[in-house]
Amino acid sequence: MTAASVAVRRELVGLAGIVERNVYLTKRYFLWDLAFMVWTIANTLTIVFIARAAGLPPARENTLATGLLVGAVIWAFLGIIFEFMTETVAWERWEGTIEYTFMAPLSRSMHLGGMGAFAVLYGLIRATILFVVVAAFIGIHAPEANYAAALGLLAIASVSFIGIGMMTSVLPLISPEKGAQLGFVAQGMMLVVSGVYYPVSVMPEWMQALAKLSPATYAIRGCRAAIADGAGMQWADVWPLLVIACASIPLGLVIFRRGERYAKKHGKLKRSG
Amino acid sequence: MSTLAAPTALITPIRRGVPAVEVESLRKEFRRRDRRAGRFAKRPMTALCDVTFTIERGECVAILGQNGSGKSTLVRLLSTLLINDGGEARIFGYDAFRDTRAIRRLVNRVSVEASFFKKMSAAENLSYAARFYGMGPSQTRTAIPEILERVGFPSDRRGEAMENLSRGMQQKVALARALLTSPVLLLLDEPTTGLDPRSKLEVQEFIKDVRAEHDATILLCTHDMAEAETLADRVGLLDRGELLFLEPVEDVKRRYGVETLEQAFFAATGRAFEEEHDEDDDYREVFG
Repeated sequence: MTAASVAVRRELVGLAGIVERNVYLTKRYFLWDLAFMVWTIANTLTIVFIARAAGLPPARENTLATGLLVGAVIWAFLGIIFEFMTETVAWERWEGTIEYTFMAPLSRSMHLGGMGAFAVLYGLIRATILFVVVAAFIGIHAPEANYAAALGLLAIASVSFIGIGMMTSVLPLISPEKGAQLGFVAQGMMLVVSGVYYPVSVMPEWMQALAKLSPATYAIRGCRAAIADGAGMQWADVWPLLVIACASIPLGLVIFRRGERYAKKHGKLKRSG
Repeated sequence: MSTLAAPTALITPIRRGVPAVEVESLRKEFRRRDRRAGRFAKRPMTALCDVTFTIERGECVAILGQNGSGKSTLVRLLSTLLINDGGEARIFGYDAFRDTRAIRRLVNRVSVEASFFKKMSAAENLSYAARFYGMGPSQTRTAIPEILERVGFPSDRRGEAMENLSRGMQQKVALARALLTSPVLLLLDEPTTGLDPRSKLEVQEFIKDVRAEHDATILLCTHDMAEAETLADRVGLLDRGELLFLEPVEDVKRRYGVETLEQAFFAATGRAFEEEHDEDDDYREVFG
């Protein structure tokens, strides 16, 4: 084995370790996660019932309900990714393990990549359950839905979401008390310009310009088309997601490293008082 | 330690002929709020001031000091968790602030709080820590039971959540975590503080065993003078960020013409070891 292959193997083992740890924790907190799942379902129902109240003909009501459901599911999916990425720092600080993790010889890209990989897998499972339960409850008909295309788009968009999550995960390093909440602010800002429950075209022009920079715009548009109309993965949605992914991951890492350096300079990595 | 020793040297070669630790004029400051100077005013507070010392390979050195004296700041600087404001530190010839990846493979640490994921078991926590050092499941399957047995951790409690274990048990797991990765430099930051006398003795015996059997250099930071005297080849005194001396215990006693380290502390600082507490100490304790 060459030194390079040993180094690569060690990095991958480290990444797998992060995923493994999150599996352990998810098992330990299963009942809490179940309660959170029930809340997410209830919350999504409050949104999708709006379609019922609109007084539209059945076919249009079904289309509206499908569009709202896709928006709510992607909101929940993004919430999981941001939550896990933010917990990279917040949870470890709470448990007190942060210093051991940050002094370990694992590159930050693999560390954050492991958090992101688990978040995507876990988020996809939860998003699928959420979609199936709410669709069955409301009685959404999507006979032509192309679920493979929707999942494929979500998977591509996940890379960008992880990159943006890396940027927000640094916030608890800068502000231990309020940083984690700011992650949710970033999530809300992204979705409001991405047409989460409405077409992007109804927003003011400056918001439409911002929508072009958000990966959620293409994920929501593509997933709506795939589920409501049975469309395949459209290149018009895929290429912006790839471009944003290529930019957001390195940018996320740079921002995280700068935050880490700031925390190490000012003694904010661990706060015991 | 047969199953544990391989990974470190494979990636980070240990340089021969250099001291294990070289610290030269190391300085660290934090900024604290100064309400007297204005609502948002801050002033620098020195945590470490021009600290210089060397530790040879295989040596065990104890740094004594009260809460807030800068011991933990020193440990954090050497374990790449803080960035210095001046001076230098080298570990086996690697710059502690530039060659951080290399150093992280050589160093591990046990701190006063045995920090773990409380819902996870001892075995799961150790497995998580080991993965960061490139130890896959095939290695940890044998290494974790072996190291837990060595620290005297009961095998029937390996699967129990950490939150159900006593403080002494948790500290044993913390020692096991540090040794699992075969560090060549072990940083012990008050490893026995808060332990009952029996657990304290067990941990101290284990540290002696590790020194005897494993080629590790140890930096022990403590405010327990008896512990320092028992375990260390040389003893240093860190007081308000300044290293007042670092030499064998007998030399310290001879230098100050005293019989105990407590008396030496008084002679060196003009204060009794227990009595110190000033306004800055609260702040120092947060970081120190």
